[in-house]
Amino acid sequence: MNLSLAFLNGVDPWIFGFSFVTVAITVWLGFRSAKSSKTAGDFFVAGRSVSVGWNASAISGEYLSAASFMGIAGMVMAVGYDALWYPVCYACGYLFLLLFIAGPLRRFGAYTIPDFAEGRYDSPVFRKIAVVFVMFIGLFYTLPQMKGAGTTLAYIFPGLPYWVGVALVGAVITLNVALGGMKGITLVQAMQYWMKMFAISVPVFVLMAVFGGYGKNLNANNPTLADAMNPVAIEQSAEVIRQPLPDKAPKDHDWVSPFGRLTTKAAKAAGLSEAESRPLSLVYTYSLIIALVCGTAGLPHILVRFYTNPDGVAAKRTTMWVMILIGIFYVFPPFLGVLGRNFLPELYAATGAKGTDKIVLELPSIIRQHYGVWGSILSGIACAGAFAAFMSTFSGLLVSMTGALAHDVYGRMLKPDATPEQRMRMFKLAAILVGGVCVLMGSQVEQLQINFMVGQAFAIAAASYFPLLFMSVWWRGMTMKGAATGMLGGGLAALACTTIINLSDLKIIEMKSFWVSHPVVRILCEQPAIWCVPLSIGLMIVVSKATSKDVPKDIRMKMLVLHAPEALGLKNEYIKEHHVGVGH
Amino acid sequence: MPPSSTRDDTVHSEAFLSSLMRRQLRLSIACAAAFLVALLGLPLANYFAPDLMATRVGGFTLTWLILGVLFFPYVWLISGYFIKRSLQLEADEAREVASK
Repeated sequence: MNLSLAFLNGVDPWIFGFSFVTVAITVWLGFRSAKSSKTAGDFFVAGRSVSVGWNASAISGEYLSAASFMGIAGMVMAVGYDALWYPVCYACGYLFLLLFIAGPLRRFGAYTIPDFAEGRYDSPVFRKIAVVFVMFIGLFYTLPQMKGAGTTLAYIFPGLPYWVGVALVGAVITLNVALGGMKGITLVQAMQYWMKMFAISVPVFVLMAVFGGYGKNLNANNPTLADAMNPVAIEQSAEVIRQPLPDKAPKDHDWVSPFGRLTTKAAKAAGLSEAESRPLSLVYTYSLIIALVCGTAGLPHILVRFYTNPDGVAAKRTTMWVMILIGIFYVFPPFLGVLGRNFLPELYAATGAKGTDKIVLELPSIIRQHYGVWGSILSGIACAGAFAAFMSTFSGLLVSMTGALAHDVYGRMLKPDATPEQRMRMFKLAAILVGGVCVLMGSQVEQLQINFMVGQAFAIAAASYFPLLFMSVWWRGMTMKGAATGMLGGGLAALACTTIINLSDLKIIEMKSFWVSHPVVRILCEQPAIWCVPLSIGLMIVVSKATSKDVPKDIRMKMLVLHAPEALGLKNEYIKEHHVGVGH
Repeated sequence: MPPSSTRDDTVHSEAFLSSLMRRQLRLSIACAAAFLVALLGLPLANYFAPDLMATRVGGFTLTWLILGVLFFPYVWLISGYFIKRSLQLEADEAREVASK
């Protein structure tokens, strides 16, 4: 009793210690590498020579964000099976990237998506349009990282308000990025992948040894074993003795079956029967899958990493390793969600930073009653992993967004003749500006689920950059006007939908009665990918056909550079003919 | 090796580009199909055969086992196959041009 009270009042030294060391190492590495990165090129793509192993770890490190580390477990605990689509599609989206986009883009050799947009259509105007979505997607993806930061700090310092955590972490990372740039980030993020892997797997193995395996714990939520009248019987027959569930927790059947809490929410709110709501749940599920799988391929901070490989073969090998590294990782968080349901059900009753999103952090501490201080140490390790998660992803996003501002808006539009020193100064200024905006917005989203917010960023990417990249790589008939119309049409529609959903869920605008009477609209707004992605591709085809005289004249050469093996050396040929075009 | 003019003509011919893109796209689509059948089929299986998918296998429901665990190795297999074949394809293409 004393222990638990002390924990509520004060700060656990072990948890604090591990977190502090993580932050200190990250910052130190950032400062150290700042000394060795001098030119603007170093800042943007780390001099283009990172080995496969390092790069795969770094991509994975950047990709495994607060959503993967904390959000999935929290969401599995909160809604059950429906949340499993997230980890699977986060991992599988990479396959799409590999199959259709990674190789050609790498051969084309541009720094960023806006670089590609400009080079593919010989249009500086299109660059200005394309760069907008780096900011939109980046901001949406940053919000959940900020919630992760606020939640973790509120866990470590129980008395601290949510927004202080957001501000603190935001300031540290912004400073780090402003001083180190991407070169520092490669090293730091590769290391952070392994830290996250360690921080999620070690608590899982320890908890497994104490409370039993994945299957056994899942079996504790078995509605067929359950005799609703006699809860004692459930617990005995399932072998795992779980804590009693509070009223707010979903029932076993809802939780363990497909089409449960998440996908039927809108239909239930509207009072539809189960038979009526099932088709809607199917639509919800498919829309979610499309958003996550296509969205991965359109994330600006992930794509830029493919250019840091020495060649296309290495880029492909890197993707393979990324899939293995993140695939292994994603088996663990859902298991923690299951354990959370069985052993810390009191989190169901709380909301915001004190709700299920902190399950990964708090769960390891429950072995305290068996093994004393080891519970705190394990919880400290989990917190260190959480820091690694949101710090690495936020850094990557900040580099992308800052790069877009400094490299595209300033370096190409506002002041093309800027000196390297001016560019560097602008990079730092932009980092501070963007970091500040992220902190301000992040402090507002405490009530939204981490994982849900990341899904929204994916939906926007899926409806804007994914169609742009996919169609530009594989269809010769695309024109700049077609590409721009499709990207803006689909992307802005998805952006508008997700913004409305967030504003209404945060109760900034009042739409509850509208959603109740229009459950289908709610679903299509909450998961817009199922109509926004086809809308975007359709617009691209129609407008490109209508403006087919504008297809770039050297389209065959462009397509050759995109598709011919690098061994043929076409890129150099292309750059010689084409002084202004792509990259540098 | 300086590029010969026949090599240049081959590389820049319409036939070379369309065969290049067709072969690459065919491989990508075949791999994507293997993946999409599983990914898009699972919700349908959940929808039309809920009892089958709720069968307990080692404590997991069948659908949880597939989605939460087995899906990852399946995707590794597809991507491993794709990478092997696409590297072969590139080597073939480069050799074809060199032999012209």
